[in-house]
Amino acid sequence: MTGTGGPTPLLSVDDLSVEFRTRGGVVRALEHVTFHVGRGETVGVVGESGSGKSVMSFALMGILDAAGRVTSGRVLFGGLDLVRASAPELDRRRGREISMIFQNPRTALNPIRPVGQQIADVLERHAAVPRREVRRRAVEMLARVQVPDPARRYAAYPFELSGGLCQRVMISIALACSPALLIADEPTTGLDVTTQAAVMDLIGELAAETRMATLFITHDLGLAAERCDRIVVMHAGHVVETAPTAELFRAPRHPYTARLIAATPRPGVKLADLAAIPGGLPDLRGALGPCRYSARCERHAPICDGGRLPLVDTGAGHLVACRIPL
Amino acid sequence: MKGLLVHGRYLLADNRVTFAAFLLFLAFVAAAVLGPSLVPYDPLASNTAEALRPPSRAHWFGTDQLGRDLLSRVVVATRLDLAIALAAVALAFSVGTCAGAAAGFYGGWTDRIVGRVIDTIMAFPLFVLAMGIVAALGNTLANIVYATAIINIPFYARLARSEVNVRREMGFVEAARLSGNGGARVLAVHLVPNSLPPMMVQVSLNLGWAILNAAGLSFIGLGVRPPTPEWGIMVAEGAAFIVSGEWWIALFPGAALMLAVFCFNLLGDGLRDLIDPRRRT
Amino acid sequence: MVGRRFAAALPGLMGVVVGTFLLTRALPGDPAAFFAGPSASRQAIEEIRARLGLDRSLVAQFGVYVRDLARLDLGTSLSTGQPVTRDLLARLPASLELTLSGLLLAVGVALPLGVLASTRPGSLVDHACRVLTTAGVSLPIFFTGLVLVYVFYFLLGWAPAPLGRLDAFSSAPPPRSGFYLVDSLAAGDPAVFLASLRQLILPAVTLGLFAMAPIARMTRGGMLGVLGSDFVRTARASGLSRGTVLFTYAFRNAMLPVITTLGMVFSFLLGANVLVEKVFAWPGVGSYALEALIASDYAPVQGFVLTMATLYVLLNLAIDVLYGIVDPRVRIES
Repeated sequence: MTGTGGPTPLLSVDDLSVEFRTRGGVVRALEHVTFHVGRGETVGVVGESGSGKSVMSFALMGILDAAGRVTSGRVLFGGLDLVRASAPELDRRRGREISMIFQNPRTALNPIRPVGQQIADVLERHAAVPRREVRRRAVEMLARVQVPDPARRYAAYPFELSGGLCQRVMISIALACSPALLIADEPTTGLDVTTQAAVMDLIGELAAETRMATLFITHDLGLAAERCDRIVVMHAGHVVETAPTAELFRAPRHPYTARLIAATPRPGVKLADLAAIPGGLPDLRGALGPCRYSARCERHAPICDGGRLPLVDTGAGHLVACRIPL
Repeated sequence: MKGLLVHGRYLLADNRVTFAAFLLFLAFVAAAVLGPSLVPYDPLASNTAEALRPPSRAHWFGTDQLGRDLLSRVVVATRLDLAIALAAVALAFSVGTCAGAAAGFYGGWTDRIVGRVIDTIMAFPLFVLAMGIVAALGNTLANIVYATAIINIPFYARLARSEVNVRREMGFVEAARLSGNGGARVLAVHLVPNSLPPMMVQVSLNLGWAILNAAGLSFIGLGVRPPTPEWGIMVAEGAAFIVSGEWWIALFPGAALMLAVFCFNLLGDGLRDLIDPRRRT
Repeated sequence: MVGRRFAAALPGLMGVVVGTFLLTRALPGDPAAFFAGPSASRQAIEEIRARLGLDRSLVAQFGVYVRDLARLDLGTSLSTGQPVTRDLLARLPASLELTLSGLLLAVGVALPLGVLASTRPGSLVDHACRVLTTAGVSLPIFFTGLVLVYVFYFLLGWAPAPLGRLDAFSSAPPPRSGFYLVDSLAAGDPAVFLASLRQLILPAVTLGLFAMAPIARMTRGGMLGVLGSDFVRTARASGLSRGTVLFTYAFRNAMLPVITTLGMVFSFLLGANVLVEKVFAWPGVGSYALEALIASDYAPVQGFVLTMATLYVLLNLAIDVLYGIVDPRVRIES
C-alpha cells in the first residue's frame, strides 16, 4: 500500500484494473492502478490523452460505459468498496459525498431543463430540502459559484449561457450537498485562459471552505503543478509515479515524468526548446509487457521485461513504478 | 472481376440477413420473369367444380371462388406487382432526382418553385393524395403508377437536393466547372453519380413502400380490375370469404405481399449498413 | 408562439386548397361531366358547368372554388343527394373515434416497449421490439386486419363480426359527440357502451399495430442515443434516482425525435384509415369516399381529400406546437 502513516485516506484506490470489450478485441484500459487521496487534499492525475485518466474517474464513480468492466482491485471510500457496492448504496453517495464535474460543461447539462432546476434535482434527492426551500437554496448555490444575477439565471437553459457559466452551474450541482471529495475531469479544457483561472480559483475557494478533497484530472502538467498538493502520473493505464508536487518537479524519478516536465511550456523556456516525447501510446488491445513505457524509453533494459512492476516507495511519499528509476 | 467476386462474397458472409434477403429478392425476380411459363394452371382459367377448395396436393394454395388455382395466380401476380412498383419508383426517382438536383445546384427560383411543389405534395396524407389522383385521372392501371410515382417524388427530390447541396462546394465540382463544363453537365456527370450510393438505399426501401401503396390502392378497387391477378385485388376478393373460414384465398396473396415488402426493407437496411455502418441501430 | 406557428401552417393550407383545385379542375376530359356523373343528361352537365363556373377561366374558377370553400360548400353527393359537407360531418366522428383509439393504443404500447428495449439491450424485450418494428413496417394493414378477423372472429369467436360500429341488436346512443363510447356512457347505457367497445377493438388494434412500429422504433432509437449522452452521465454521477434519470432526463429528451416522427405516423394513419374502414365495414369518411369513388360520384371524393388534408395540416401544426413546448431551444431561439 502507500506507506504514509497518519489518518486513513478518504479515497483509497487499490490495484484497480478495468477492461473494455470492443469489436476489435479486449482493451485493457487500466492495470493495477493504486493511489489515495487524503481528506482536504488536492491530488492531480496527469497524463497524455488516452492514458486512462478519465476511464479511472468513471470507474470510481461507477459510470463506466456498458462495455467496461472492473476486473480487479477495490476503491475504498468512507468504508465502502465503490466497485462492489450495490446501485442504491452508490446512489446514496454519488452527488452527496462524492461528486464529479466533467469536460464540456454545455453538453454535460440537460439541454431542455432550466439550470436552476438541475441543481434543485440534486438538492431534493440528497439534502431532504423541503419543496418551498429548494428554489431558494438553488439560487444560493448559483450565487456561491459567482453566477451573476442568480435569481434570473435559475430559469436559464444551458444553451443561453457561456461555457464558463455552464461550468459554474456544473460546479454548483456537484457541490450542492458539500461532498467530501470532488472529482474534476478536465474541467477547464475548452475554456479561455481567464475563465480557466477563475474556475480553478472558485474550486479552490470552495474546497478550502468545506475542507473538500479534490481529485483533479488533467493533461496539463503546468496547471496541476499550480493547484495540486500531490500529483499522480499515469501512462497507458498505469500509474508510473506519485509524489508531492514540489518533490515531483524537483526530482522526477520516472523517465516519462521527466520527459513530461521537459515538454511542459513554462516561463523562461522557448517553445522551440521544449522536447516532445518520442513514440506514442501502445495499442492497449495487444500483448503488453509489464512496463507499457518500454517502447518509448531510452533507458529500457531486459530487467524491465521481467514480471509485474511494483510501485516502490523511495521515501517522503514518493512512489515510482520503474526498474531503473532516475 | 475475380476481385469483385471475392469482395462480394466477403461482404455477404458478414451480413447473413442481407444475403438471405438478397436470395429472396432473386426468387421474386425469378417468379416475375419465369413464373407465368412455369405455373401449373392457367391463372385465368375458372373451374366452378373445384371452387373454394382448401390447399391440397393438386392445388398447393387452394382455389378461389371461381375455381382458379391460387398458386398460379399468386406467382403470376408477382410480375404485375413488381412491375407497378418498379415503374412508379423509376418515374419518381428520375423526376425527383432531376428536380431536386437542379434545385440544389441552381438555387434561387428553381429551388423555390421545386420547394413549393414538394411542400404541396407533402401537405397531403400520401395515400389519400394517391386516391385523389387516381379518382381525378381515371381508374386505370397507368394512373396507379402515376399516382404512386407522384407521392414518392418529394422523397427523392429532397434527398437529391441535399446531396447536391453538400457536394456543390466540393473541390471536384469546382474543377469540373473551371475546365469549362456547363452546369447541367457538371450535374449529370459529376454530382449525381456521386450521390447515388445513399440514394440506392432509399430506392430499395422505397420499393417496399411502393408495393404496399399500389396494393392498397388495388385493395380498395382502384386500377386493377378482375380477373387480373394482382396481390391487392386478390386479398380484396378473399376478404369476403374470411368470415366464412376460407382463409387461403386472402392469406396467400397477402403473405406474398408481406414477404416482398419485407425483402425490400431488409435489403435496404442491409445496403445502408454496408454503405454507412455508423447508422446501424 | 402559437400564432407564429399558425402563420407557418398557412402556406400548407394554401397548398392543400390549390392542390385539390388543380386535381379536380385540371383534369383531362370534361370536368363538368365528371361532377355530373356517368348517368347525367346533357342538360344536367351544362347546369353543373354553369354552377361551378367551369366555363370560365382557370383563375375565375379558382375564385369560385375558394368562395365555395369559405362557405363550407363542398358540393352535393350524387349517391346520397345530400350536401357533401353534411355527409362528411355526420361520418367524421366514426373515423375519429377509430383513429384516436388506434393512436392511443399504439402510443400506449410502443412507448413503454421502446423504453424497456433501450434499457435492456439484447434481452427478450429488445428482440421483440426489433421484430415488431421490422415486421410492422412490412405488413399491409388490410392484411393484418383480415388475419385478426380470421383468428379472433372465425377461429376463436372472441371478437364480433366485422360489421361496423354496432352489432345487429344494439342501437346507437343519442348523439352528443358522435363518439359511441362517450355518448353511451353519457346516456348511462353500459350495454351499448360494451357493444360499441367490442366492435371497436379489432379495427383499433389493426390501426394500432400499424402505428406502433415507427413509434417503437423511434422511441428505442431515441432512448439509446440519449442514454449514452453526457448529461445522462452527469445525472447518474449526481446520484439521481433511476426513475429521475430515466424519465425526467432521458425520456423527455428522447421524445423529441418521436414527436417529429408523429407527423409521418399521422400521414400513414389517415391513409390507413380508409383501408381499415373497408375491412371492418366501418361507416366513416373513408368508406364514404370509397363508395362515392366506385359510383363515380366525384364531389364526395374531393371533399374527403380536402378534409383529410386540412386535418393533416392542423395535426402537423399541433405537433410543431408540442415540440416547441418540450424543446425550449426552438421556442427561445426563434
